[in-house]
Amino acid sequence: MTEQTPRPVELKVENLDLSFGGVKALDSLSFEVVRGQIMGIIGPNGAGKTSTLNCINGFYRAQHGEIYFQDKRITRLRPDSIAKLGISRTFQNIQLYTGLNVVDNLMAARHFLFKSTWVEGALYYGRTHREEVEHRWAVEHIIDFLELERWRKSVVGTLPYGIRKRIDLGRALAQEPKLLLLDEPMAGMNVEEKEDMARFILDVQEEKGITIVLIEHDMGVVMDITDKIVVLDFGRKIAEGPPDVVNKDPVVIKAYLGEQAASPV
Amino acid sequence: MMPSGVFNTRPQQDMAIVRTRAQWLLLAAALIFLVTLGLYLPQEWVVWLIMVGIYTVAALGIHIMTGLCGQFSMGQAAFMALGAYTTAFLAGSHGWSPWLTLPLSGLVAGLGGLVFGIPALRIKGFYLVLTTIAAQFVIMWAIRQPDWLGETYGLDVPAISIGGAALKDAQFWWLTLGVAAVMLFLAKNIQRTATGRKFVAVRDNDLAAEVMGINLFRTKLLAFFIGCFFAGIAGWLWAHHLLRINPDLFTFSLSLWFLAMIIIGGMGSTAGVVMGAGVIMLVDKLVPRLSPVLADAFPSLGYQIPAALSLILFALVVILFILIEPKGLYHRLQRIKLYYRLNPFSY
Ligand SMILES: Nc1ncnc2c1ncn2[C@@H]1O[C@H](COP(=O)(O)OP(=O)(O)O)[C@@H](O)[C@H]1O
Ligand SMILES: [Mg+2]
Repeated sequence: MTEQTPRPVELKVENLDLSFGGVKALDSLSFEVVRGQIMGIIGPNGAGKTSTLNCINGFYRAQHGEIYFQDKRITRLRPDSIAKLGISRTFQNIQLYTGLNVVDNLMAARHFLFKSTWVEGALYYGRTHREEVEHRWAVEHIIDFLELERWRKSVVGTLPYGIRKRIDLGRALAQEPKLLLLDEPMAGMNVEEKEDMARFILDVQEEKGITIVLIEHDMGVVMDITDKIVVLDFGRKIAEGPPDVVNKDPVVIKAYLGEQAASPV
Repeated sequence: MMPSGVFNTRPQQDMAIVRTRAQWLLLAAALIFLVTLGLYLPQEWVVWLIMVGIYTVAALGIHIMTGLCGQFSMGQAAFMALGAYTTAFLAGSHGWSPWLTLPLSGLVAGLGGLVFGIPALRIKGFYLVLTTIAAQFVIMWAIRQPDWLGETYGLDVPAISIGGAALKDAQFWWLTLGVAAVMLFLAKNIQRTATGRKFVAVRDNDLAAEVMGINLFRTKLLAFFIGCFFAGIAGWLWAHHLLRINPDLFTFSLSLWFLAMIIIGGMGSTAGVVMGAGVIMLVDKLVPRLSPVLADAFPSLGYQIPAALSLILFALVVILFILIEPKGLYHRLQRIKLYYRLNPFSY
């Protein structure tokens, strides 16, 4: 194993600074995510976890620092261009297309994988039909994968919270990303739903080989499924490493794990 | 909801507009019925049908801009005017073939839509509504300016002739029906393919849409272009139906009517747009008949009141629909169909 060539870095974040007025959301933050791995980001509320994802996908613009995706600098790109490069995400507070059903939410996410133009679409001419069918099958497979068949044709605005979280993941997967950013995919779920979600995330990594950045509060889950953890506090990285190392880091225990360490998890 | 015993086993079936043989037959029967209406309806009602067809096309444009993409537009009549004046100018004053000016009318209106859609990059909601109202007044003001657009007397528009003979009203109804059917087909296709899903994504959650790779600006502009293209086509029909146009036809209140049509029909469905246009036009047709009756019954009201009545009744109909049928006529029809399919058992 020692002779193994190092796997390529999928995402590299360098010295990110982001502030809102006086609030420093990110303070010279750097980390790397290795291709095919799951990296966890943990930290107390307001530590800057969501802001980190927002910078990566271009939703926030960092004042300083650079972000590289597969060695390509993406720091100044617009969110829609970054998505097209193969970075997709889910949202802490689910952001679905509420008026569309599950199938169409996923189909809508794939829009940039369609080659036919809007004129061809309007005439329903040429490759339009073939593409619609092809992408519909791909969407059906994801629905299958996430066990969402029952809700396929339900308008998502009306579905229960746990299901919508799963659809949010499905929509991100529908983009066939290379890098998946998950912002608290298990927040507000019961134990069973959390187990399902953890299983889906592991399957995504193993079956599809997608690199994942995962923000999660449930330490048990994070320790179980991540390959590496970055710990944030007040926008600064206070620790980084494999779960079992971070777990024992005194700085981390003091800053963040304190409460959890005291109570049985 | 599908007829009982019919299931989609492949996406191809699920995606088709017409799914069963019975539905094909119904569609054909409906078309034949609409065609024959031109043969035996009195001329007055044939003209009414033509107007329903024309307004349906314009309202389909609003359906795409507002119903699908969420960009409110209160200037559709002005974009219709762009189409109407394009053909009046090119086919009328310069002798071009009306068949050539048909797509050009749509194109000119669509380009106008692009210009007034540009603010949609920065502003949304109420302020965007204001710019579309501005579009209404700026365009109509511009059309009134030059002398050669015939502000006082209007412009003549040549009648459309096929085989040397100018179309009569019944034949113009068939032309309108044909154009409306094509536009309906285009609108339906846009809605059920990638572009339509993109529009709805922008409408439902523009932040997520952008993060999911949708270029908001280009998508909104495309919605404006397509929506106004429809207005231009409607303007072309109207111009060649009236044979003379003037700026007073394309009023702000007409723009509001188109919005009312999609609200009544139920935002989000093309079939609903047709129903909405039909209902509004029926109100428009019947109210003038009511006014003299009212004026006779209550002479104290005077004669101005019945004239204003049309507007009041129109407003009432819209408000009633918003209160009682907030999801629109199309939704109600679906409910009724569902009821009869499930009760008792329909095999
Ligand atoms: N759009 C914004 N405007 C102002 N302040 C923000 C914004 N987004 C995040 N912040 C601030 O940045 C800090 C980090 O927030 P966030 O990244 O959401 O934390 P976390 O996801 O770790 O809970 C917080 O202090 C928050 O108030
Ligand atoms: Mg957060």
